[in-house]
Amino acid sequence: MAKIKLPRSAPSLDMTPMVDLAFLLVTFFMLTAKFRVNEAVPINPPASHSEKILPENTLLVTVDTAGHVFFSMDGPDVRRNLLKDIATTYKMTFTPEEYKRFSLMTDYGLPISKLHDYIKGGEKERGAMDKKATGIPIDSMANAPGGELGNWIFYGYKQKSIHDQQNKIPRDKQCRIAIKGDGQTNYFKIKRVIKIFQDNNPAINSFQLITNQETENLD
Amino acid sequence: MAEIMESGGGGHGKHQKKRAKKHSSRVDMTPMVDLGFLLLTFFVLTTQFSKPKEMEINMPVKPKDTSNIMTVDTTSLTLLLTEKQEKVYYYYGKFKNDPSIIQTTDYSKEGIRKVFRESNKNVREQVKKLKEKYANHQLADTAFKRMLMDIKGGKEARFVIVKADEKAKYKNVIDVIDELNVADVGKYALIDISPAEKQQLKAWGKIN
Repeated sequence: MAKIKLPRSAPSLDMTPMVDLAFLLVTFFMLTAKFRVNEAVPINPPASHSEKILPENTLLVTVDTAGHVFFSMDGPDVRRNLLKDIATTYKMTFTPEEYKRFSLMTDYGLPISKLHDYIKGGEKERGAMDKKATGIPIDSMANAPGGELGNWIFYGYKQKSIHDQQNKIPRDKQCRIAIKGDGQTNYFKIKRVIKIFQDNNPAINSFQLITNQETENLD
Repeated sequence: MAEIMESGGGGHGKHQKKRAKKHSSRVDMTPMVDLGFLLLTFFVLTTQFSKPKEMEINMPVKPKDTSNIMTVDTTSLTLLLTEKQEKVYYYYGKFKNDPSIIQTTDYSKEGIRKVFRESNKNVREQVKKLKEKYANHQLADTAFKRMLMDIKGGKEARFVIVKADEKAKYKNVIDVIDELNVADVGKYALIDISPAEKQQLKAWGKIN
């Protein structure tokens, strides 16, 4: 029987196309990636058949299962101005470093009295505070009918509107207000937030409710 | 290629002619491939594919005077959402002191969706015709939107009132609003249950 000659050299293959493809994909994902923001609390919104995609420019109020309210807004410049307004209202002072820190955060779900500690804290401490967060108080007070949340929304919306106007953002891309609630939250907790929206000046009567996409198709 | 290259013959001898080393033009690509795939995996895993969806809600503007508020007529449909996850109560027209007006259904496809579809039949047919026309390019974008609004908000369209109890879940409210949108109901409102109504419902054992 004839012996089968085994090739002596190490088996090697040309990897160039594979590398090309890999880097093409890397580039694609790098350019399209929008990183998931660290959320303070896990929320599982209810599903709907709506196909509208949440607009980019939003001021978000999150309500978790226990009814704790979180406020989030993006845009470093807007956040800086928001903190300035909050500082004047509650007679607080922040250092430029603290302004910078606050401008890069997203969620906030604690009473104003803890804001200073929250900003000062590191990533870890903030995470721990988020876990124990009691939400922004919404009970009305003498100087703020909507409680602290009312103030956050009032100043947040004001600063967003100013920002939109200054940058001449078209009407359909202007700041929207959205509620992200967990499906198991009691409705009256959401209703309290809606009431604050409507009591705001200017009244916010049109807003978005964030939902997951329903997979079931309609007949 | 992906194998280790051995060094080409170097000039050791004193009298050997100085020659340029014979370098192969091939580079070992393995580390690059490793890195490439590492990055690829990272980006694939961190990318958010499904963006969250949203529903728009327009709440009525608070009226300055209460003289011309829309009143509930006999054709309107009122839903009562309670803490019971499997039941939805509904009735047509005004609330009466009579337990037999209240009907029961559930949140499923066969339940609430059917109720909405039945009660909003006329509008659904008109919308369907309009959508067909639009699909056949017989209508412009703006005209289509305007006509759709007109049909949904027309006089014949059913007015639906959603009354959610304190203990109802947010999910229930979203489900109902979603079904309303699916059934082309354009006129609906989210209202609180009035105290008198609440008392009656409690007496009938519909809510706790």
